[in-house]
Amino acid sequence: MKGHLGKRILQVIPTLLLVSILVFCLQQLMPGDPAMVLAGEERDPNVIAQIRAELWLDRPLPIQYLHWIGGVLQGDLGFSWRIRQPVLQLVATKLPVTLQLGAMAFAIAVGIGVPAGILSAVKRNTKWDYLANGIGLAGLSTPNFWLGIMLILLVSVKLGWLPPSGYVPLSEDWRQSLATTIMPAFVLGNAIAAVLMRHTRSAMLTAMDQDYVRTARAKGLGEWRVVLKHALRNALVPVVTLGALELGTLLSGAVLTEQVFSIPGFGKLIVDAVFNRDYPVVQGVVLVTATIYVLLNLLADVLYVVINPRLRDA
Amino acid sequence: MRRLLFAATVLAGITPAAVRAQDAPTQTLRIALAEDGDILDPTIARTFVGRIVFAGLCDKLFDINEKLEIVPQLAASYEWADPKTLILHLRPGVKFHDGTDMDATAVKYSLDRHVNLPGSTRKAELGAMDQAVMVDPLTVKVLLKTPSSPFVAQLTDRAGMIVSPKAAEAAGKDFGLHPVCAGPFKFTERVAQDHITLDRFPDYWDAKNIHFARVIYRVIVDNSAKLANLQAGAVEIAERLAATDVGDARKDPKLNIMVFPSLGYQSLNINVGNGPKSKLPLGASALVRKAFELSIDRTALMQVVTNGLFTPTAQGIPPTSPYYAGEVKPPERDIAKAKALLAQAGVKTPVTINLTVSTSPDQRQVGEVIQSMASEAGFDVKVQATEFASMLSAEGTGDFEASGIGWSGRADPDGNLYSFLYTNGPLNDWKYSNKDVDTWLDAARATTDVPQRKALYAKVVAQVEQDLPILYLDSNAWITGASKKLTGFRPIADGMVRLQGLELSK
Repeated sequence: MKGHLGKRILQVIPTLLLVSILVFCLQQLMPGDPAMVLAGEERDPNVIAQIRAELWLDRPLPIQYLHWIGGVLQGDLGFSWRIRQPVLQLVATKLPVTLQLGAMAFAIAVGIGVPAGILSAVKRNTKWDYLANGIGLAGLSTPNFWLGIMLILLVSVKLGWLPPSGYVPLSEDWRQSLATTIMPAFVLGNAIAAVLMRHTRSAMLTAMDQDYVRTARAKGLGEWRVVLKHALRNALVPVVTLGALELGTLLSGAVLTEQVFSIPGFGKLIVDAVFNRDYPVVQGVVLVTATIYVLLNLLADVLYVVINPRLRDA
Repeated sequence: MRRLLFAATVLAGITPAAVRAQDAPTQTLRIALAEDGDILDPTIARTFVGRIVFAGLCDKLFDINEKLEIVPQLAASYEWADPKTLILHLRPGVKFHDGTDMDATAVKYSLDRHVNLPGSTRKAELGAMDQAVMVDPLTVKVLLKTPSSPFVAQLTDRAGMIVSPKAAEAAGKDFGLHPVCAGPFKFTERVAQDHITLDRFPDYWDAKNIHFARVIYRVIVDNSAKLANLQAGAVEIAERLAATDVGDARKDPKLNIMVFPSLGYQSLNINVGNGPKSKLPLGASALVRKAFELSIDRTALMQVVTNGLFTPTAQGIPPTSPYYAGEVKPPERDIAKAKALLAQAGVKTPVTINLTVSTSPDQRQVGEVIQSMASEAGFDVKVQATEFASMLSAEGTGDFEASGIGWSGRADPDGNLYSFLYTNGPLNDWKYSNKDVDTWLDAARATTDVPQRKALYAKVVAQVEQDLPILYLDSNAWITGASKKLTGFRPIADGMVRLQGLELSK
């Protein structure tokens, strides 16, 4: 067990090193000179030269990389060239925002998608089924930014129920925090709800035709008990896998939603950084994201070992 | 004893400080910005929205008014001792947010910092300055290397912002994280990409004109969301609304939509001398450029893209400027003449033009409308939408044929012309060079006589309209939306939101 885990942990280091080299080299391929962007409208050549010197942009690439990675190894991700704030601080303030938005969106997606899928499978070919399917189709085919604007116009401008934009941290005022994030979370969650609904429906339809369901009915169990206890449990396995995959969609979808609702999240941070050629921020964000993914993978591996004892000797 | 205490309390209640505290404004003003600003250090800042925040944070030596005249702010007045010596008389009794005095030492310190701090983006603006000398605590003498009449106008923007030497020395490069100036509000908090909060500075020299306790600048990038926030009352002012939203916004009885001329312009910059791409027909022949110009109907273009809110123009000087050359007007569209000019130039039609525009929807639309208009005259315009940073780099290296980058504009015409048209000027990426134009531009810098400068700029503008290294399309306009409850907004062509005099009725 220890050997296996040790091996996996050791693999993490070269993986992250490779990611750091890749992200560093890839962004050099982007056209556009960061010093020129930073020099402002006047673009004085002397100023551009000074900026290059200050940010080490006039040195060879390997030296630039070593300078940066040296800092990273000491826990210093550098500072944003655009606003001079430390990258670590930016990441630490933005990541929780997107995580909160993502978690709420996912809860909404599951809360709407799974029950709607069950309903439409159980009430197959009735008006309930058609209604759920129709809503699902609408959710899938509505672009996030459009739905976002429409909701702002209806809920905030016309009805005045929720603030149209902005973000208040949970720690500051949880009611305001929920008020500012519920609309964007709904927008973000709605497309995933549609996917979950479609998959739950088909998985449920398959499960409902299985012998064990017929047996359960034959035992005289109530219909809802059959559906929820016997059919759904089995139907949920592929749905859970799919839900996990959709988490990725959630993070990429967050970029647009954050833009429309002016939420200062992770997506907006990296998009702005790319457009402004704010290299330390791009590098920092990608590295942090990669680290999270790698660590989650590692955690999954650990869990496999815990669940499946045969792997312990492998 | 109790009575005595009571009397003391009453007495304390009428001291000036308490009176001031009772009268102190309590309201908050929320302003929607179209993008997030950069660092809040006037020496190295470079974005337009940054300047809007500075209007609340850092006063300047001078300001401009609705007529583009230079008016006092931290300096009470100025005079030219000779064409190379500018005397600044400072306003007495002005304090920085940290309580230190805004005096001649601070002004000299700030001007020197603008010129000498590595990475300063003010260096070019104050390029004419040789040195600043303190004469007495309220007088500064600025010695110039060469006569420069536009110099005072430079002091109406970031180059004229005075920072607290004590705070700037202590913070060094990180000054922009906690800026300390002498503006009406002091820095409180910034959450990147979200908001910047400023709180009222009670010792501001013009405090009687400040009617808010707090100002929050909120970043709302999406145009529709910005308007929706204004309509929902989540912000009181929104800068740069989309021209296409103006019709709807004007129907809202709660809003006041103001459209007023800006200092900036939109143009097509044509590569006439920077590398191999300048040898293509458009860059090589002024006749082809004229034909291209005649194929474009600027009025129709502006109607399509900006609902007719922006004014067609053929020069870099804004119509509001006293230096505007009224005799240089954009020519009418004339397809027959355009075709004749192409024949005269002896080029094979269709003439292919690669036009680079930014990825913003309105700029792409500009490109597409021009593409369709110019095709009738025998041009095959290929519109290439390119992200802004890449576009800047391509312009710098001469990797463009025609590129649509505009200019935000400066109060003095020199700021709109010199760098773009002077031989090897810092922003003359198309490498235009005309000896006469250089001479006139230099002469206009050397005199402070307005009619004389106006005559010189008229010559420049007329010559450029003939040579067409820059094909000016329109003078921009600011579209600012505000709540009807807000009064005192001053539509000044630099597009800043001046907080002095702004008031919100309850």
